[in-house]
Amino acid sequence: MVDAAALEALPSLLRARGYRVVGPVERGGAIVLDELASWDDLPRGTTVELGPGAYRLRKRPDEALFGYVVGPQSAKTWLHPPAVLEFRAERSRGRVTVVAEPADPSPVALVGLRPCDLAAIRVHDHVLGDGPVADPRYRSHRGAAFLIVVDCAEPAATCFCASMGTGPSATGGFDLALNELLDEDGHRFVIEAATDAGAEVLGALATRPVPLDDEVRVEAAHERARMAMGRRLDPGRARDVLRNAVESPAWSEVGDACLGCANCTMVCPTCFCTTVEDVTDLTGDHAERWRRWDSCFTFQFSRLSSGPVRTSTAARYRHWLRHKLETWHEQFGESGCVGCGRCITWCPVGIDLTEEVARLESATPESGDVA
Amino acid sequence: MARRPKLAVWKFTSCDGCQLSLLDLEDELLEIAEAIKISHFTEATRRSQRGPYDLSLVEGSITTPAEREKILQIRRDSRRLVAIGACATAGGIQALRNFADVREYLSVVYANPDTIAALRDSTPISEHVPVDFELRGCPIDKRQLLEVVSAFLADRRPVVSEHSVCVECKRRGVVCVAVLGQPCMGPITHAGCGALCPAYSRGCYGCFGPAEAPNVSALARRWREDGAAPDDVVRMLRTFNAAAPAFRKESDPRGSD
Repeated sequence: MVDAAALEALPSLLRARGYRVVGPVERGGAIVLDELASWDDLPRGTTVELGPGAYRLRKRPDEALFGYVVGPQSAKTWLHPPAVLEFRAERSRGRVTVVAEPADPSPVALVGLRPCDLAAIRVHDHVLGDGPVADPRYRSHRGAAFLIVVDCAEPAATCFCASMGTGPSATGGFDLALNELLDEDGHRFVIEAATDAGAEVLGALATRPVPLDDEVRVEAAHERARMAMGRRLDPGRARDVLRNAVESPAWSEVGDACLGCANCTMVCPTCFCTTVEDVTDLTGDHAERWRRWDSCFTFQFSRLSSGPVRTSTAARYRHWLRHKLETWHEQFGESGCVGCGRCITWCPVGIDLTEEVARLESATPESGDVA
Repeated sequence: MARRPKLAVWKFTSCDGCQLSLLDLEDELLEIAEAIKISHFTEATRRSQRGPYDLSLVEGSITTPAEREKILQIRRDSRRLVAIGACATAGGIQALRNFADVREYLSVVYANPDTIAALRDSTPISEHVPVDFELRGCPIDKRQLLEVVSAFLADRRPVVSEHSVCVECKRRGVVCVAVLGQPCMGPITHAGCGALCPAYSRGCYGCFGPAEAPNVSALARRWREDGAAPDDVVRMLRTFNAAAPAFRKESDPRGSD
C-alpha cells in the first residue's frame, strides 16, 4: 500500500533508473500518453464519456488520478513505433554502403497502462517478439520497457475486456500494478510488483501493509467493473460466427457505412502492419528505408502488379474483422482483440465490431444448417 | 557529370502558390539548381529556354481556349509532366463555376462580356493531356515536391501516400477532432499535409482532395446526423477540390456522371 502523496516520487525514481517516463496526460481534448514530467501532469479529477465515434472529457466529483479508461494510443506507439528508420545507404565512387540504424536505446517506463493494454502487449509478444519472424526492434523496446498497470474500476460504454478475459484487473505481465482507492480513509494505492525490476522500484517507495478492508474494497471494485462493461463479445462464438459468414450479405451493409479511413487499425493496440518506403535524395547518393504503420483498410495495402486485391470497402472490412477475431486464432493461437473498445470510440462514424458480429450472427444461418 | 535534366515550371489558372513552394525549399535550392537545369520558371527568372524539357511541373487549371492549346504544346515539349496543386489536379477553387452558368455571370460582372474568352468549366490538366503524376494540395507540400523531383531524378515512383489524413493524424499522435465532435474532412481526404489542421485542433478542410476510394456519402451522413444542414454539407465539399469527382458526386448528385 502506498499513499497518493508518496507515489509522487515515482517519475523521478524511474528517471533515476534511466527510463523515459510516459503516462496519461490531458492534451487536445483527450487523455493521451505522453512524456510525464511530474506526477502533477496526471489528469486529476477527470473522467471520460465514450460511445461509438464519440469521446468527451468530463469532470469527476473527486480527485482520482486514474478515473478514466484508455485513450487513442496504447503501448504500441512506444514498443512498435509509427515510423522507424531501418537503414541509410550511401553511395560513394560507385560503391553503396548500407548503414543499419540502431534501435533507439532509451528504455521507456509506461505509467497507467490498463489490463487490456497488457493483454495487447502479450499479443504483440507472440506476433513480433517470438516466433519465426521476430522483430529485433520490438524485442529491444519490449525488453527494456517498465510497465505500470492500473486496474480499471469504472469501465466505459465501449469496454468489453471482461468478456474477452483480459480485464478489468491485471493478472501478470506488469512490473508494477496499482489499484486506486479514494474514500473517507484517504487517497491511496494498493501496489504490487511482479518482477525484480518492479520490486526494486517498490522498495524505494514509502509503503505500508495493505489493510484487509482495502483488499476487500479492491476485490469489490473489480467485481463492480466486471458488471459495468458497456459491451460484450464472446471470442469463441465470434470466431465461429465469422467462419460461417464469409459470404454474408451483411458485409455490404458495413461496407456502405465504413469510411475506409484506417482509424480503427491505427488505434488498435494489436494491429501491427507496416509498410516499407525507400527514398533517395536529389543527388541519389543518399537513400533511406523507412518502416511506417500501415493499414489493411488502405486501398494500396493489397496492391499487386495487377492492382489492389481487396477493391471494395466491404472486402477490406471483412478482411480486418476476420483476421482480428477468426484467423488470428489459426495464425497466433488466440484472438487478436483484447476488448479495449478503441476501434469503436475512434471510428468517425461509430462502427461497433461487437454489433457487426451480432449482425453477422443473425444474418447467417447456423453452421449446422449449412449442407 | 552527366547532362543536367531540364526543368520547366508552368502556370495556368492559379494563384502561383504551388510554384512558390519550389522557391520555399530554401535549404535545398542550391542543390536543386545543381541537380537540375531550371529552363523555364517565370516566378524565379524571366530568362526562358526552349524545350524539350525533361520534367515539366504544371500548376493551374484549364479555363480558357488559349490555355487548352498551350497545354498541348507543353505536353509535346515534356518528357515527364507532373500536375501540381488542387487547380491542376481537380480544377481548383475556380471550378466552383462548374456548378453555375458562366455566360450568366459574365453578363452580370463585365461591361463587355464579349471580350472574355472563358471555357464553361475549370478542368484539371489530366482532362487535356496525359499526366505522369499528380501532386495534390492547396497548396502542395514542399517536402512532397522535393520527393517528386528526387524520385524523377532517380527514375523511381514518388513515395506519396494516397490514404486518408487519419493515418497521418494517428502516426503523429494527433487526437481525432471528428470523434471530439467537429466536422472533419480527414477521413475522406488524401494525405500529404501531415495532418496540419487537426494538429491545431481544427477539422480538415480537404485541401488535398479525395483520398483513394473515399466514402464521402457515409461521412456526409454522419455530419447530417450531427445536425449539419444540406447546405452545410455542400459547403464542406465545395472548396479547393469542389470538382474532384468524389466530392462533386456528393455535393451535386444530379450534375455529375
